[in-house]
Amino acid sequence: MIADLVRASTTFVDSEPVATILDGIAAVLILLAAFLTLAAAVGLIRFPDALARLHAATKPQILGVILVVAAIALSVRSWVVLLLLIPVIVFQLLTAPISAHMVARAGYRAGDYDPDTLAVDELAPDVAAAGRSELPGGGLDDEPGTAQGQRGGS
Amino acid sequence: MIDVVLSVAGGMLALAGLLLLYRVVVGPSLVDRVIASDVLLTTLIIVVGADMAISGHTRTIPLMVVLAVIGILGSVSVARFVQRAPSTSASGGEGEL
Repeated sequence: MIADLVRASTTFVDSEPVATILDGIAAVLILLAAFLTLAAAVGLIRFPDALARLHAATKPQILGVILVVAAIALSVRSWVVLLLLIPVIVFQLLTAPISAHMVARAGYRAGDYDPDTLAVDELAPDVAAAGRSELPGGGLDDEPGTAQGQRGGS
Repeated sequence: MIDVVLSVAGGMLALAGLLLLYRVVVGPSLVDRVIASDVLLTTLIIVVGADMAISGHTRTIPLMVVLAVIGILGSVSVARFVQRAPSTSASGGEGEL
C-alpha cells in the first residue's frame, strides 16, 4: 500500500514539467537561504554588542538550514535522502537554542552588552546570588555595567 | 538558470563567509568570536547543502549531519569558559583569548 503510494508519487514527480517546477522551487529556496546567511553576516558586522549580534546570528541557524534541506529534498526527490536529511533539522532545532542560550549567558556575564537597551533584566539577581555563593569575596559585581567598567579600566 | 543560482548564491555565501571571518579575527570580545564562528559553521552547512541541491548529488549528506550534531560543542564549551573567566582571573580574561 505505502510502496504503491511511493511509486505513484515518484513517477509523478519524475514527469518533466513537475520536475522543472520542483527544481525552480529548490533554486528559490537556496537563494533565500544564502540571503539569510548574508543578512546574518552583515548583522554580525554592523550590530554594536554581542547580544545584538546573537540576535542576527540565530536567523540562518534554523531557517537557513531548513530552507537548504527542503531544497535538497526537492532537488534530489528521494525518500531515503529525505530520511537522512531530517536528523540535520532535528539536531539543529535541538542544539541551536542551547548554544545561543549559553553564549548569551556568557555574553551577559562578561558584560558585553549595553545595559540601557534592556527593557527588563531578570538575570541580574541570579548572577549576583551566584557570584556571592561561588566566591564569598564577591567575584561578580551586582551591577554588570560596573563589571564592564572595571575590566575596561584594568 | 541553475548557473545563475549557483553564482548568485555562491557569491552571497562567499561574501557572508568573508564578513564572518572578519568578525572572528577582529571581534572585540571572545563572545563575538564564538558567535561568528558558530554562524560560520552554519554557513558551511548551508554551502554543503546548496552544493548538493544544485548539482543533484547526495555524497555530502553525512557531512551535513555531522556538522549539525557537533556544531554545539565548540560554542557551548567556550561559553562555559567565558562564564568562569571573571571568577578565576580578576581582569582581562576575555581580552587575552
